[in-house]
Amino acid sequence: MLNYLLFIATIGSIYGLLALSLNLIWGGTGMVNLGLAGFFAVGAYASALTTTTGHMPILAGWVLALIVGGAAGLVVVLSTTRLREDYLAIVTLGFAEVVRLVASNEIWLTRGTDGISGIPGPWRVALGREYFNAVYLPILLVVLLLVYWLMRRIDGSPYGRALRAIREDAQVAQVAGKPVLRFKAQAFALSAAIAGLAGALYGHFTSYIAPDLFLPLITVYIFLAVASGGVGSPAGALVGAYLLIALLESARFFVELIPAVTAVQRAALKELLIAVALILVLRLMPKGLLPERIPRAPLVGGKP
Amino acid sequence: MTLLVQALLNGLVSGALLAVPAIGFTAMFAVLRFPNFSVSGIATLGAFAGYVAYGAGLQIVGSLAVAFAIAGAAGLFLDRAAHMPLVKQGALPAAIASIASGLVLENVVRLLFGNDMRGYDRPIARDMRIGEVRFNPQQLETMAIALAIMLAVFAALAFTRIGKAMRASADNPDLAALKGIRPQRVAMMASFVGMGLVGMGGMLLGLDSSIDPLTGTRVLLSIFAAAVLGGLGSAPGAVLGAFLIGIAEEVSVLVVGSQYRAAVGFFAILIVLSLRPRGLLGERAF
Repeated sequence: MLNYLLFIATIGSIYGLLALSLNLIWGGTGMVNLGLAGFFAVGAYASALTTTTGHMPILAGWVLALIVGGAAGLVVVLSTTRLREDYLAIVTLGFAEVVRLVASNEIWLTRGTDGISGIPGPWRVALGREYFNAVYLPILLVVLLLVYWLMRRIDGSPYGRALRAIREDAQVAQVAGKPVLRFKAQAFALSAAIAGLAGALYGHFTSYIAPDLFLPLITVYIFLAVASGGVGSPAGALVGAYLLIALLESARFFVELIPAVTAVQRAALKELLIAVALILVLRLMPKGLLPERIPRAPLVGGKP
Repeated sequence: MTLLVQALLNGLVSGALLAVPAIGFTAMFAVLRFPNFSVSGIATLGAFAGYVAYGAGLQIVGSLAVAFAIAGAAGLFLDRAAHMPLVKQGALPAAIASIASGLVLENVVRLLFGNDMRGYDRPIARDMRIGEVRFNPQQLETMAIALAIMLAVFAALAFTRIGKAMRASADNPDLAALKGIRPQRVAMMASFVGMGLVGMGGMLLGLDSSIDPLTGTRVLLSIFAAAVLGGLGSAPGAVLGAFLIGIAEEVSVLVVGSQYRAAVGFFAILIVLSLRPRGLLGERAF
């Protein structure tokens, strides 16, 4: 039981990282990333390959996941900078699909649909299965808190205010002399890097990754987490992520209780529930549980 | 050489099938101003509605009408209930909700029919040949139906009152409203007809291969690519884009193998956005 709780707390924290990543881009700048699962996968594969095929230490894998995730984000966002957000939505969605195609077909690199197994976890062998979960969760929480702190710093900084200005009206921000394009690209790359890091942390936790673990459904999950927590609020993103994992686990429990349904129907019911929840949250609770608080801009030129 | 001719021919067929949902998607975008991702679920729904109707003894044209009606009604309901109230906040919330509603439809179909592949039970016909190039008469029939649907859509847009109202509304909603065109009605019509076309497209694609709950998801990128390639919001552009994507996908099989067929749409979008961001025919050629 304890191990189960540790397990879902760990997965919840990984969703928390993804939610912070999405919140930065969706809440912070008003852009959208429907390819979150793709960046998650890119990071997972980067770190898994570095540490298995590459025999490098785990920390190197995590750093590389950040870099590769950020680079992928930069490529995607720079291909659509001149265009409106709806194009970015379509392109990011396509990106996640292409990542999955590459992961399934470039067998020489990714071992195809078999996936990569035996991804090392920190001190996994020494600790054994029981204690590994108990040690990994605190490590993950430290990373999560670091990222959360960074997000709060960005929110309170002039940079964060410029991002929010871009969200509200990019044209006005441009006129005010903010380098809109550069800021958008930076924010997107940072967001993608965090998603990549989340992927790395996921792979080293479960020790196994495969293309089918990075379905677009994960993106929908994280949208639900961010929307229910409150778009634009990092604390809300974290609350939303833990609520999400609670909902997912109770949904699993709940559909087990329904008699006379096949496994396929159970999975379908669960997905149905999540999708309906997302629509309801967007419709009925557009500000989320912890609505964004926009801090007042500091006065320029000293106290009045 | 034969291979290339064969690929071009197959590309024309799949392009014609793709054009039907692409017109629907682009028309909805022109009027409602958000990318409706529930196209994936609606195409699946249409494919299964047509499948049930065909199994119940209707002919192909009758089954297509059923697919149109059911997909259109579902699309209209979802737009009214879930998407349009969000458009006031911007295109993105509506687009995100439409992903969720596509997922709802996909899973309703999965609940009812399971994950198994199904095929329309059509009588088997022998391939025809010209030289080394093969035709399947049923493929040609499906293609002819798709072309007839396109023709009907363009005739409706050009000559009927509601078609003209839709074009006017897409071009300039305020001016259209000023002229007494009720935006609400036009929006509802766009949802119904657009998603009806997407549903028929799902069935046409199903006729050509097989159907399962992921049928729509698999063609989503191709539909988007066709619309973006031609210029989002342009119906003739969507047709042109669909043929180009259809051909590119078939030719890509010769070049890089079938496993990357699904990526063609994505790269086509990237190339178009970098070289000609408003698409081949521009955004307002509807």
